[in-house]
Amino acid sequence: MIYLSYYDLALTSILLLLTGILSIMMRLGAEKNLAVASFRMITQLLILGLILKTVFSYVNIYIFMAMITVMIISAGIEINSRQTFKFRGMLTFYISTSTMGSTALILTFFTLFYVIGKKPWYTPQYAIPLAGMMLGNTMNGISIGMDRLSHSIVTQKNKIETRLMLGHTPEEAIKEIKRESIKSGMIPIINSMSVAGLVTLPGMMTGQILAGSPPVEAVKYQILIMILIASCSSFGTMISVHLSSKNFFDSRERLRLERLK
Amino acid sequence: MLKLEDLNSEFMKFGAVNMEIKKGSIVGILGESGLGKSVLLKTIADLIPHTGKVFLGDEEQNSIKASEWRKKVSLLPANFIFWENTTKDHFRDINEDLFIKLGLDPEYILDKKTEDLSSGEKQRIGLIKVISNNPKVLLLDEPCANLDNKNKERVEKLILEYASKQKAIVIWVGHDDEQLKRICDMLIISKKNRFRKVSL
Repeated sequence: MIYLSYYDLALTSILLLLTGILSIMMRLGAEKNLAVASFRMITQLLILGLILKTVFSYVNIYIFMAMITVMIISAGIEINSRQTFKFRGMLTFYISTSTMGSTALILTFFTLFYVIGKKPWYTPQYAIPLAGMMLGNTMNGISIGMDRLSHSIVTQKNKIETRLMLGHTPEEAIKEIKRESIKSGMIPIINSMSVAGLVTLPGMMTGQILAGSPPVEAVKYQILIMILIASCSSFGTMISVHLSSKNFFDSRERLRLERLK
Repeated sequence: MLKLEDLNSEFMKFGAVNMEIKKGSIVGILGESGLGKSVLLKTIADLIPHTGKVFLGDEEQNSIKASEWRKKVSLLPANFIFWENTTKDHFRDINEDLFIKLGLDPEYILDKKTEDLSSGEKQRIGLIKVISNNPKVLLLDEPCANLDNKNKERVEKLILEYASKQKAIVIWVGHDDEQLKRICDMLIISKKNRFRKVSL
C-alpha cells in the first residue's frame, strides 16, 4: 500500500480552497458551509483515526458499545439539525435516533454474527466500519424522509383537514404524503445501487482495492455492504416516517401543527 | 337532536355556546368575520381542541372514534381542497342527480382535472362530496361564497331538500342575512361575548 503524507492531503485541499473562492466570486453564499463542513470532516476523521488505532487494539464489547453510542447520538443530532420543522422538545431526536440505532445495530449484529462469522462478533476492525456505513446511509434516508413528511404536512394542511372533515382517518388523510416521504428517503440508496460499478466505484471497495485486496473479494464485500445499507436505510426510513406521522395527530384524530416549532 | 353544552374554544370570541337543535332544522349563524363562527363548526366536528360537550342523540362526541363522528357530523369548509386528480376520483358511488341539481354537467365535470375547476365548481362539488356521506349533521361554512344567484338558489334548494328528506340538521355560517332568513328555521347573531337567537 502507498502511504499518504500530510503534504499530499494539503495539496488536494487546494481544490476545496478553489471551490470556496469560486463560491465567493459567483456569490453563491456556500463558502461558509463549505469551510465548516471541510473543517469538520478533516477534524472528525483525524480524531477517529487516532481513536480507532486504540479501539482496534482492544476487543471489548463495552468499548464497541460506547463507540457506537457516540456515533448514533451524533447522527441523531445531525438529523435533527437538518429538519425544517421539528417537534417541540426532543421528540424528533428520539424518533430518529432510536429508529436509526435499532435498525443499524440489529443488522450489524446479524451480519457479523451470521454472515461474516467473525468471533467475537464485536471485533472492532469489522464491527465499527460496518456500523458506521450503515448509520451514515440510514441517517441520510431518515433525515430526508422525516423532513419531506413534516414539510408536506405543513404545506398541505388544508388538504389534510378537508379529508379529516369528511371522516377520513389520519392514516388515510396522509397516506400519499407518507408514501412520497418514504420514497424520497430511499432514493439516494436506490440511485447508489443502480450506478454501482457502472458509474461509481463504491468507497469501501475502492479502499480495499487500493489497500491490495483482490478485486473479486472487494466486490463481494461491497455487494454485502450495499445490500445491508439499502435494507437498513429503507427499514429506518419506513419506521421513522411512520412513527413521526403518528405525532402530528392527537388522540381525537386532529391535526396538531402547533406541536412543531 | 344535536345538543351543545358549554361548547367553547379559545378562538370563539362570542363565548361558550349552549344550544339544542331538532332533527330536520336549519340553523343560520351570522356575524362579523373573525369572531370564531368557523371555529364553532370545527369544534362541533371535533377538529380542534375545545371544552364542553356535544351530543348527537344519546351519543357523546368523545364516546366514538373522531373519524366515525365526522362521518355523521360533516363539515364543508369555505375552501374545499381536492386531493385526487379528477372529480370522478373523489367518489366511490356517483350520484349524477346531485350534480344535475347543482347545475353541473356530470359528463363534463367528472373527468375534469380538479386543478382546472373554477372556485364555484369546487364549492358545489365539495358540497356533493359532503352530502354523499349522508351525514346526520351538515356543517356549512359559507357554502355560497363563490356562487352566482342562480347557483345560490340551487344550493339552497338542495339543502332544504336534504334537511327535510334525511331529517338532517344543518348549521349554515354565512354573511347573506336575506338568504339565511329565507331558508333557516333559526337564526343566530354572533357578536363579541354574545351568541343570540333571533326569532324569524
